[in-house]
Amino acid sequence: MRARVYVTLKPSVFDPQGRVVADALVTLGYQDVKDVRQGKFFEVELADADPATAKARVTEMADKLLANPVIESYRVEVLQDSQQSRVGS
Amino acid sequence: MKFAVVVFPGSNSDYDAFYAASQVLGEHAELVWHKDTDLKGADAVILPGGFAHGDYLRTGAIARFSPIMSAVKTFADRGGPVLGICNGFQVLLEAGLLPGAMVRNDRIKFVSQLVPVRVEQTDTPFTIDCAPKQVMNLPIAHGEGNYYAPPDVLEQIEANRQVVFRYTNASGEIGTEWNPNGSLNAIAGICNRQRNVVGLMPHPERASEAALGSADGRAVLASAVRWMHERVLRHA
Repeated sequence: MRARVYVTLKPSVFDPQGRVVADALVTLGYQDVKDVRQGKFFEVELADADPATAKARVTEMADKLLANPVIESYRVEVLQDSQQSRVGS
Repeated sequence: MKFAVVVFPGSNSDYDAFYAASQVLGEHAELVWHKDTDLKGADAVILPGGFAHGDYLRTGAIARFSPIMSAVKTFADRGGPVLGICNGFQVLLEAGLLPGAMVRNDRIKFVSQLVPVRVEQTDTPFTIDCAPKQVMNLPIAHGEGNYYAPPDVLEQIEANRQVVFRYTNASGEIGTEWNPNGSLNAIAGICNRQRNVVGLMPHPERASEAALGSADGRAVLASAVRWMHERVLRHA
């Protein structure tokens, strides 16, 4: 099974990369862009388990390694089989 | 006295630290591979600058899992002096041996220049040979040296006098225009509560001889030598 982890800087931490991307978008003519926060995305392949167990495992991984809790927050999604088949489309 | 300089895959300032310890100070120094599990009887440990493990994931994030880090942690827990320079500082933060974290420089650019750095505390193994409030000219070379800690942690760090170095101008004054990376409170280096683990973004080992543009950094490693001698005397 597969899980996704989205890691972003906490709102209280200034994101200079996101700011530069936002400025570039405005320069491109997207005047409606107010802010951009840049982050990281992980797709984790796991041995099959029930979704609750898988989510707990991946949350632990995010805490221990994928995110630095001092500056980053994260969100974990566990994909069911039906969703997985849509991933490639 | 013997320095151990840890070599991670991607370290690039390991020989600079080795050279400063062995040639400039004339002390024993040994390079220790990150897969080694003991520090070969060293009296002080240096985690050098560079890009350990390619800085994959986050700077210092993977280096924390190198086998040698267990020995470094045990050594630090027993009060042994540990110095993290630049990437070595980032490794100490990720390993939880020092509080806080690094984020991208506020002006996005990789900064490589000589900057004035003020010594805030002289009661650590790496600053006892410095004068209080001494301003040293040290090179910095980093893309992620923007020190961050949550407000409560920052308050504790200041209250416990854990800020060891700050970015200033040549007169030792603090100001946004002299802060090269956006670090909170102009922090260039800190120590742990026990004061034996010190991390800083500037490179004292690259400023240890006049021929390198500044010899101010010599005092940092010389401090460790003096600290060891005084410790031996204290225990004699």
